[in-house]
Amino acid sequence: MAPVTTERDLRLDLFRGLALWLIFLDHIPSNAVSWITIRNYGFSDATEIFVFISGYTAAFVYGRAMRQNGFIVASARILKRCWQIYVAHVFLFAIYLAEIAWVAHSFDNPLYTEEMGVLDFLRNPDVTIIQALLLKFKPVNMDVLPLYIMLLVGFSPVLWLLLRAPSMALIASGVVYGLMYKFGWNIPAYPNGVWVFNPFAWQLLFVFGAWCALGGAKRLALVLNSRVTIALAIAYLAFAFFVAMTWYFPRAAGLLPHIIGDNIYPIDKTNLDVLRILHFLSLAVIVVNFVPKDWPALRSPVFAPAILCGQHSLAIFCLGVFLAFAGHFVFTEVSNRLLTHVIVSAVGIGVMVATAAVLTWYKNIERGPRPPTVKPGFAGGDA
Amino acid sequence: MRMFSALLALGVLAVPAWAEMPAECRVARHLVEDNLRLPGVASAIAAKHLNVLVLGAGSSVLPGPGGANLAYPERLRVALIETFPNVSVTLATDITPHRTAIKMAESLTGDLRKSKPDLLIWQTGTVDAMEGTDQDQFNQALDKGISIAKAAGAETVLVNAQYSPRTESMIALGNYAEIMRWVAVQHEVPLFDRFAIMKLWADFGTFDLFSATKNLDTAGRVHDCIGRLLAALVADGVKTDSPPAQGGQ
Repeated sequence: MAPVTTERDLRLDLFRGLALWLIFLDHIPSNAVSWITIRNYGFSDATEIFVFISGYTAAFVYGRAMRQNGFIVASARILKRCWQIYVAHVFLFAIYLAEIAWVAHSFDNPLYTEEMGVLDFLRNPDVTIIQALLLKFKPVNMDVLPLYIMLLVGFSPVLWLLLRAPSMALIASGVVYGLMYKFGWNIPAYPNGVWVFNPFAWQLLFVFGAWCALGGAKRLALVLNSRVTIALAIAYLAFAFFVAMTWYFPRAAGLLPHIIGDNIYPIDKTNLDVLRILHFLSLAVIVVNFVPKDWPALRSPVFAPAILCGQHSLAIFCLGVFLAFAGHFVFTEVSNRLLTHVIVSAVGIGVMVATAAVLTWYKNIERGPRPPTVKPGFAGGDA
Repeated sequence: MRMFSALLALGVLAVPAWAEMPAECRVARHLVEDNLRLPGVASAIAAKHLNVLVLGAGSSVLPGPGGANLAYPERLRVALIETFPNVSVTLATDITPHRTAIKMAESLTGDLRKSKPDLLIWQTGTVDAMEGTDQDQFNQALDKGISIAKAAGAETVLVNAQYSPRTESMIALGNYAEIMRWVAVQHEVPLFDRFAIMKLWADFGTFDLFSATKNLDTAGRVHDCIGRLLAALVADGVKTDSPPAQGGQ
């Protein structure tokens, strides 16, 4: 079996925390502060970071469980986690219903007769609520948790294989990704279309994260640390940055040769476009090389807030979705000025950090004093 | 040669489209694309007869008995007549609320046969986003519509979704807007970025798009500006001067 390292890499918590902040900022519609998020400067965004690190930590936690307690126990723990995520998703859906019902009741404007049709589903809640519970009806910005649930539901056999033949597991994952493109696999959504985050596509990043956690990163070290790889990564990031600039300065679009445009667009987020994967990998190469694992600053107070958030990813993710609803509510009901955007964004992140701190505190009091012989499990983190 | 001089005359005529526009509409001037040419429309104008077809869904109309007069298709017709006083302008509409691009592309063939337009204004994207239409199908419907319009001798201007602040967290317009932008680039047709224009008006406080009201005042002014800006886009598209240099204003 592949070795499972026991030492926690704080960089994972840091970048997952940062990804959670970015997802929150991006989820508030028209948020002026979201210009700072990475999706504006290249092809990939915080979702890739979140899914990769979730795969990494899932392998880290359940890989050890599977080695120590066997397949059944580890699988049971994974399914329990799925249930928690499902409950969190339904809870968010309830909040979404409250918001939509409020708007339906209080808003009337002849300009937006068409748009208000989106509230029509309140007229037949019997269908929509059931479709939501079946994860087929997913309101805006509530696509990540259903993806996470699907990825975890299928994770036990993948983990089993990863522990025995990691390369085989990774190849299998790549084959599923390829077949998905060839046959157009996805899960149907309600009322139309398919899942916004195609699990058959995004599993690749999740499994790759898991593969890295179970020793793959070490095997790749030679490639990751080579100057050629770093140079390629920098070149690719620069290229993506230039292309991204043409989205905001249409006059620069003429500088992008047609042949490139014809080949790269549309950059498909639903099916995790190869361009997005490469962009994420390039970012990862830069981080791995320039942010060492034992970098003392990782333990400094500067990064502590993001690390705290990253250690409670499910709770903080859900809180972020809720805060994004609330932030949008403030923009429409109170004020839509730039200053409001800045304040709402800052307060939102502040609430996320404070909540993460409280959760850590709870975890410590509930765990009580540990006998020193027991190794600190997964210090403060969840999968 | 006669064509050339007619086009030259148009270049001068095109100026009033901007000059006569209320300041509140003009705020969004820089968001109206001005580097794509509409040669077919230009020759129709030179021949003194311009047929326009507006194909759209619910955001191309306003409710109530006076709604049709206040909505942007009629405002566009009036603005075109002001801009091109010597040209006879006719404008047909095929507008049905709650209709996806796929359904619109289907009814387009009949519309083209009936009204023989030189210019097709195609508003879409909102209903598709609300219904979660398959994005490939949305893309293909746009491709198909623009192609059959071209085959029937009509040049297309795409109009994207409105900026609707209250429903922004409920309708994921993003992917559909991107597909529209990309299709416009591929077919080299102008995209009238209604979303960006209305967002600018909301951000600048030009129009209050947040208030809950049954009153048509603001809605009428917004549509009037959209009609005028569309006419300005047409006027810019038939100008004879060379397109502005990249990167310059």
